[in-house]
Amino acid sequence: MQPIIVENIHKSFGDVKALHDISFTIGEGELFGLIGPDGAGKSTLFRILATLLLADEGNAKVNGRDVVKEYRTIRREVGYMPGRFSLYQDLTIEENLNFFATIFNTTVEENYELIKEIYEQIAPFAKRPAGKLSGGMKQKLALCCALVHKPKVLFLDEPTTGVDPVSRKEFWDMLQRLKTKGIPILVSTPYMDEAVLCDRVALIQKGAIMQINTPANIVAGFGMPVWAMKAKNIYRLIHDLRAFKGVLSCYAFGEYLHVTLDTELDDVKAYLAPLGHEALEIKPAAPGIEDAFMQLMQEQNELT
Amino acid sequence: MKQFFVFVRKECYHIFRDKRTLLILFGMPLVLIVLFGFAITNEIHHVQIAVLDQSRDSYSQRLVQKMTASRYFTVNRYLSGEKDIEPAFRQGDVKMVMVIPNRFAHDFFHEKKAAIQLLTDASDPNTATTLINYANSMIMQYQQELTGELKLPLTISGEVQMVYNPSLKGVFLFVPGVMTLILMLVSAMMTSITITREKELGTMEILLVSPLKPVMIIAGKVIPYIVLSFLIALIILAMGAWVFAMPVKGSLLLLLLECILFGLTALSLGILISSVTNSQQTAMMISLMGLMLPTILLSGFVFPLESMPKALQVVANAIPAKWFNIILKDVMLKGMGLRQVWMPTLILCGMTVFFLAVSIRKFKIRLS
Repeated sequence: MQPIIVENIHKSFGDVKALHDISFTIGEGELFGLIGPDGAGKSTLFRILATLLLADEGNAKVNGRDVVKEYRTIRREVGYMPGRFSLYQDLTIEENLNFFATIFNTTVEENYELIKEIYEQIAPFAKRPAGKLSGGMKQKLALCCALVHKPKVLFLDEPTTGVDPVSRKEFWDMLQRLKTKGIPILVSTPYMDEAVLCDRVALIQKGAIMQINTPANIVAGFGMPVWAMKAKNIYRLIHDLRAFKGVLSCYAFGEYLHVTLDTELDDVKAYLAPLGHEALEIKPAAPGIEDAFMQLMQEQNELT
Repeated sequence: MKQFFVFVRKECYHIFRDKRTLLILFGMPLVLIVLFGFAITNEIHHVQIAVLDQSRDSYSQRLVQKMTASRYFTVNRYLSGEKDIEPAFRQGDVKMVMVIPNRFAHDFFHEKKAAIQLLTDASDPNTATTLINYANSMIMQYQQELTGELKLPLTISGEVQMVYNPSLKGVFLFVPGVMTLILMLVSAMMTSITITREKELGTMEILLVSPLKPVMIIAGKVIPYIVLSFLIALIILAMGAWVFAMPVKGSLLLLLLECILFGLTALSLGILISSVTNSQQTAMMISLMGLMLPTILLSGFVFPLESMPKALQVVANAIPAKWFNIILKDVMLKGMGLRQVWMPTLILCGMTVFFLAVSIRKFKIRLS
């Protein structure tokens, strides 16, 4: 049995189409990533799966249970971490954790094994009110609270947004460890670098899924060379490149620009030469998932 | 059951850690009672008057003495002529001028009719009317003293007796009023705010995705406030009894039970408000405008309902505070029992059940 099955989900808020024909399945112990920019509809999908919203069309099953008819059972079985920090700010770490353990009819001790590694990192601050924790610690606490009742499925809506890079890395290490315990995890993130850490990802934009695949396959599916370019005045370089017909796409990517072409590189070099860019540097680059995403996004934008 | 206990304990943490709100909760009843009890009062107490005594005989002096012997009036000054009356009022501290005409006693005994002129500063009409009433009744008493000496053959004397509140203490009206107001404020506003806060902070989202039943969430949030409002009711009653010697003639047990009942009515209103709003701001505005104003204006606490237009009197029937005010006055001042106040009690019960039923129907098990 697939722990999460989503079939043809549609959802609109007034005239805004938040989700359009979403379908995917998540297998046992799979870490599945929903990758997309803000406003892509990720949180709406989470809320539908967490039985907090009703879809307009389509159906979904979590642990074999229908999200509409059997919402009570699902609510007992899932661990849900909303996109916004949603714990009691005036309660301490300990109190929050005990509270959530008790309302799920369990105790912290009973499932301590599951949260041990995460909890030990925030344990020194156990008496501190949750509102006074740093972003990373808040998210670790929230993850503890979502895990404390040993859920059969874990929903994590943007768990690393607003968290520093080190904590983000630690957080993903934890997710990898949780995965080994067989808990299927649906996680969303706007960060592309986190996408490669998932088993499979769904790229989502404007409420529609563009592609579902393993990160490696998505990158492999990107069938053209990417050139990394840089010059002293990078802003003028973007401007000039985008004005050139033979350039398919051009995005800032760290200190370089990632450029794809439908013409020969020499044509671009010839075009740029008279423009007098100082310290111009052009070299081949390995395409990343970000390039794939940008390309898919552009294709979708051209379609609509 | 343990879940429920833990939920209530969490709610208590919220209440006791928010020191500012706690201060307001317990400070407000004290301030309001003191304000209404001492400062904002329409009682007559040592009002400054001026006397223009043109008669200057023993009878006129006895009249003035009689006026000042009561603690209602104090003679601020004696005027020497009619031209002084206007300036006396203008200076502001004189609220009433009594003019005793020339040959006052002579007219009274020989012509059987004497006139006394009372002038009041009617820029505050309520006070002016009250002053005239007090002064009149004192003049009547004085007249009776004098006629008693003469033994007139036939007189009709109206004997006025104020029952239940013989000394006409305004505080007897305000203590029940303030109690209604505070219970309404604490119970309705605080519950609606505390529930909408969970929605606003997103914690409701997590509570919904948990095995907790909606009834459990609501009850867990509300029970600490029932205790809180009961404590506050006790404080107000105690202050009324010790500071203002406010009597509780009826059964104290009945009174406390009625307080709990009204607390429940207000709480159910608060729950209802929270079920139709999503932000603390809106909940507060609705509580203030939709509950506080009617509670102050239409409960008969400040303005007597009997003198309102018929339409408003009908509207007032829908205000829980009106019925609670009736119960409070009946039990505290008139010493009535449940047999006399069963009707308002039943109405409050009905309202509570109605509000609860509507809010349970309206409670959202999902986000939208």
